[in-house]
Amino acid sequence: MLYSDKVMDHFTNPRNVGKMDDADGVGEVGNAKCGDIMRIFIKVEDDIITDVKFNTFGCASAIATSSMATEMIKGKSIKEALELSNKAVVEALDGLPTNKIHCSVLAEEAVRAAVKDYYDRNGIEYGDELKSCPGHCESCESCAGH
Amino acid sequence: MYVYADNAATTAMSPAALAATIAAMQECYGNPSSLHSIGQEAAEKLEAARATMAAGINAQPREIYFTSGGSEADNQAIFSAALLGKKKGKMHIITTSIEHHAVLHTLKRLEKEGWEITLLPVDKDGMISAQQVADAIREDTCLVTIMFANNEIGTIQPVAEIGAICREKGVLFHCDAVQAAGHLPIDVEAMQIDMLSLAAHKFHGPKGVGLLYVRKGIILHNLIEGGAQERGKRAGTEYLPGIIGMAAAFQDCLEHMEESTAYVQKLRDKLIQGLSGIPHSILNGHPEKRLPGNVNMCFEGIEGESLLLWLDQNGIAASSGSACTSGSLDPSHVLLALGRPHEVAHGSLRLTLSEYNTEEEVDHIIATVPKVVEYLRGISPVWEKLEKGELPHVI
Ligand SMILES: Cc1ncc(COP(=O)(O)O)c(C=O)c1O
Repeated sequence: MLYSDKVMDHFTNPRNVGKMDDADGVGEVGNAKCGDIMRIFIKVEDDIITDVKFNTFGCASAIATSSMATEMIKGKSIKEALELSNKAVVEALDGLPTNKIHCSVLAEEAVRAAVKDYYDRNGIEYGDELKSCPGHCESCESCAGH
Repeated sequence: MYVYADNAATTAMSPAALAATIAAMQECYGNPSSLHSIGQEAAEKLEAARATMAAGINAQPREIYFTSGGSEADNQAIFSAALLGKKKGKMHIITTSIEHHAVLHTLKRLEKEGWEITLLPVDKDGMISAQQVADAIREDTCLVTIMFANNEIGTIQPVAEIGAICREKGVLFHCDAVQAAGHLPIDVEAMQIDMLSLAAHKFHGPKGVGLLYVRKGIILHNLIEGGAQERGKRAGTEYLPGIIGMAAAFQDCLEHMEESTAYVQKLRDKLIQGLSGIPHSILNGHPEKRLPGNVNMCFEGIEGESLLLWLDQNGIAASSGSACTSGSLDPSHVLLALGRPHEVAHGSLRLTLSEYNTEEEVDHIIATVPKVVEYLRGISPVWEKLEKGELPHVI
């Protein structure tokens, strides 16, 4: 089997899938041309991510990494969410095939993009690390950047 | 219920082919090159299989070279024609943008080594015209290599017309008939084909065996050097059980071709009809001139690999031309050649039927695919944008 049981579980039974009309932050990353787009919605109260939803266009690993990433930041502080690494998502899924690692990078970026949007909406200052593309562009070589 | 609808990838063996292969493994273990009676019995079986295959495409037995499958046959045909051309100072080759990688990657290698390759574009249905070929042929053209029918979209090319043009202009014509053999009538004389590749596993024969037909008088270049098997053009002890199994499978196909084509085509048309009601979907490939079992569609707003894996969960084996399934970052070169944008090509689904599929199975596919497409669209941000008008629908 190409994917671990965990990946298949999160693919066939994704957690936190859906939309959020009253989100406090929304992050969207990826490119339909490359075959994956992830969008993560967060609800924030007192610096805690109280709810999270996602929408994903992409392969099974894109859906599974979105699902796992949302599980891993739900109920956590914003600071903890920003510390979520793609590696942690991969480990939590019991691994991904090498050519699918970029999906986990997208999941990490989607979380950061949602937090950045939350900061922007609330006039909260943040450092350079959230300002630009975090430099994972090698994850999508055929695109001119996202 | 589990429905195998990936017959363009490979097929289940027919009872006739299976019985013949197993019997050969058990009883016919001799080496056809041995002079003793056990070896000679094997040699006789080998030649009988060669005669069956030759008769099935209207060739002579001595024009048949057994190979390990379609890829090897394509490689050997193309390298041979390229080297023959080079000797005469002719280093131009014509092909299409939708060939199998066994052809395209071989040509890429030749291009690096100094040959010039013309990739003919196809029309929106994946068709090439004989006129395009005629217009592309130059003084220094040594080979035209065009597939009989496409493995992804099923489009059938005007092979006889292309053959006639090539013969008239004195250019070798190689035809990759891997998807057509056993399913469509092939006559290398009437179609004026100089070289033709086929593989047993696409018509209910065993895997790892195929052949290259080469018109008498064309000198082959060896890919494998060694013993004198296959008239010295393909060394290595023959895979006799596979070759015998291939001949049995081919014979079986030829005997039932008319009825199985009618049957499979009916299932195919029912499937196309049943799926075309899905909004923002499109059939890929020619509506009529297509392989009897081929259905290939794109669904906007979703990605093919997740569609494929959901179908597997629901008991359907299919395939897709999305980047995730092609093993590269780009979706299928065939769908792109039809003019499908990347984002649409990612959402492709190929269902390929055979005479072993049933109407109930087709009903199961028709009932399942729309549900899965709807579910995946429901979680897709791309679909949401299409629905809100933030992105234009392209299909
Ligand atoms: C059109 C075409 N050519 C060549 C091949 C390669 O054949 P094989 O897998 O037997 O090497 C295939 C099979 O995938 C095919 O569909």
